[in-house]
Amino acid sequence: MNTVVRYFKSLMLIELFKGLGVTMRYFGRPKFTLRYPEEKTPKSNRFRGLHALRRYPNGEERCIACKLCEAVCPALAITIESTQREDGTRRTTRYDIDLFKCIYCGFCEESCPVDSIVETDLHEYHFENRGENVVTKAQLLAIGDRFEEQIAAARRQDAAYR
Amino acid sequence: MLETVWNAVAAILAFPPVAVALFMVALMVTVAIYTLMERKVIGFMQVRMGPNWISFFGLPFLRGVAQPFADVIKLLVKEVILPTNANRYLFMIAPLLAIVPALSAWAVVPFAENWVFANVNAGLLYVLALTSMGVYGIIVAGWASNSKYAFLGAMRSAAQVVSYEIAMGFALIGVMILAGSLNLQEIVLAQQGNIFDWYWFPLLPLFVVYLISGVAETNRAPFDVAEGESEIVAGFHVEYSGAAFAVFFLAEYANMILIAALTTVMFVGGWLSPFAGLPGVGDSLLGKPHIGWFLVKMVFFMFLFLWFRATFPRYRYDQIMRLGWKVFIPITIVWVMVTAVMMLGGLVQRGV
Repeated sequence: MNTVVRYFKSLMLIELFKGLGVTMRYFGRPKFTLRYPEEKTPKSNRFRGLHALRRYPNGEERCIACKLCEAVCPALAITIESTQREDGTRRTTRYDIDLFKCIYCGFCEESCPVDSIVETDLHEYHFENRGENVVTKAQLLAIGDRFEEQIAAARRQDAAYR
Repeated sequence: MLETVWNAVAAILAFPPVAVALFMVALMVTVAIYTLMERKVIGFMQVRMGPNWISFFGLPFLRGVAQPFADVIKLLVKEVILPTNANRYLFMIAPLLAIVPALSAWAVVPFAENWVFANVNAGLLYVLALTSMGVYGIIVAGWASNSKYAFLGAMRSAAQVVSYEIAMGFALIGVMILAGSLNLQEIVLAQQGNIFDWYWFPLLPLFVVYLISGVAETNRAPFDVAEGESEIVAGFHVEYSGAAFAVFFLAEYANMILIAALTTVMFVGGWLSPFAGLPGVGDSLLGKPHIGWFLVKMVFFMFLFLWFRATFPRYRYDQIMRLGWKVFIPITIVWVMVTAVMMLGGLVQRGV
């Protein structure tokens, strides 16, 4: 008897019509797709993207060349050279990050005692020539200057949890 | 004055070469739109959007519409690569063997009363002959490519098309019995009456078998083992690129549209209106036969192809053979006999 029922069901294509019903239901559903460059998903304030070097409000660079970030970096992406400035403070003369080596782990930011090196939430950047993957101190400071408000806002939001 | 101009234009349009050229252009554009429709429909059924970027002149409401045309341009400017050990002559002629039957079968398809390129009496035989010619393009392509994947795809496709041809032919025998004619136009006219006089109703099993065999005949999902991208890459056209690939692509879609048109003609009354014979609506403009009805039905069957592809997983090869030989052929033979008995018993009348 069961065999007869099964044959009857398969001849009536019942399962197939059910399947067609499923796809037709989904046909009318609102789509999950985001039209990317026009619509973007919200980013966490902990997002770890492109690096930046920050300054104090008076314009002085924060970095004191302690080289903790260089030491902690698991990918050995950071290269720092330092010297004594005329006013007696220690400052970096070179601060390079190789973005090809960097794994965006955020350890440099965690290790920094003066909140100088940070990872911003910028992720839409690219390189057009060989060598551009190494960002220099000047470039990092420029990124920091340009996005200081964003960086500071993200840090303020996260401060309660640290 | 206006009437003379109109008559002149009509005369030019009715001039066979002009009409054929216009039809070919229309068919190519339909294929282009059909590929877009396919990607959109399948995308929608998978809860994503499909092509939604390329538009004409940057018009926002045409987003995605220009995608097939961009694809065509891309394919035409790409190189046609000839594999080192391929048979050059057969390799180049295979796409033509695929496209010629797909296009020439349209000669006997009636779009509306007397809107047919060749009103031949053996139209049904002509259609059957040409649709089975299409498999030569695939076999020759698979053989000439000198690639094992292409060869496997070609073999599968040949066996499959031959198997389903039989079921398809038997399904059409039912139509022949009822219509008493091989002329496609007469087949449509024999279906006149209300929606239950169309042959899908008395020949329901044959209609279903024909539709499914049509999907198998055009090597479309879920019967696309000839392409089977998961196991044999792209089947018979692995080695083809550029314009030669575009021709295969065109042939496949032209075949799908052809099968949709033939189903419309044989089983759902071609250009006849579904409202004919109903009181009230049947006497209004909606009840009149019109080419619009033909197009509506054809687009519906074209949509079915896409719907099937978005829904069903691919059959295994032995399942395809089992379905064709052990299910469809017995069903069609039985129902052909049932049809004959119904006619003898006077349940259905011969149309003409």
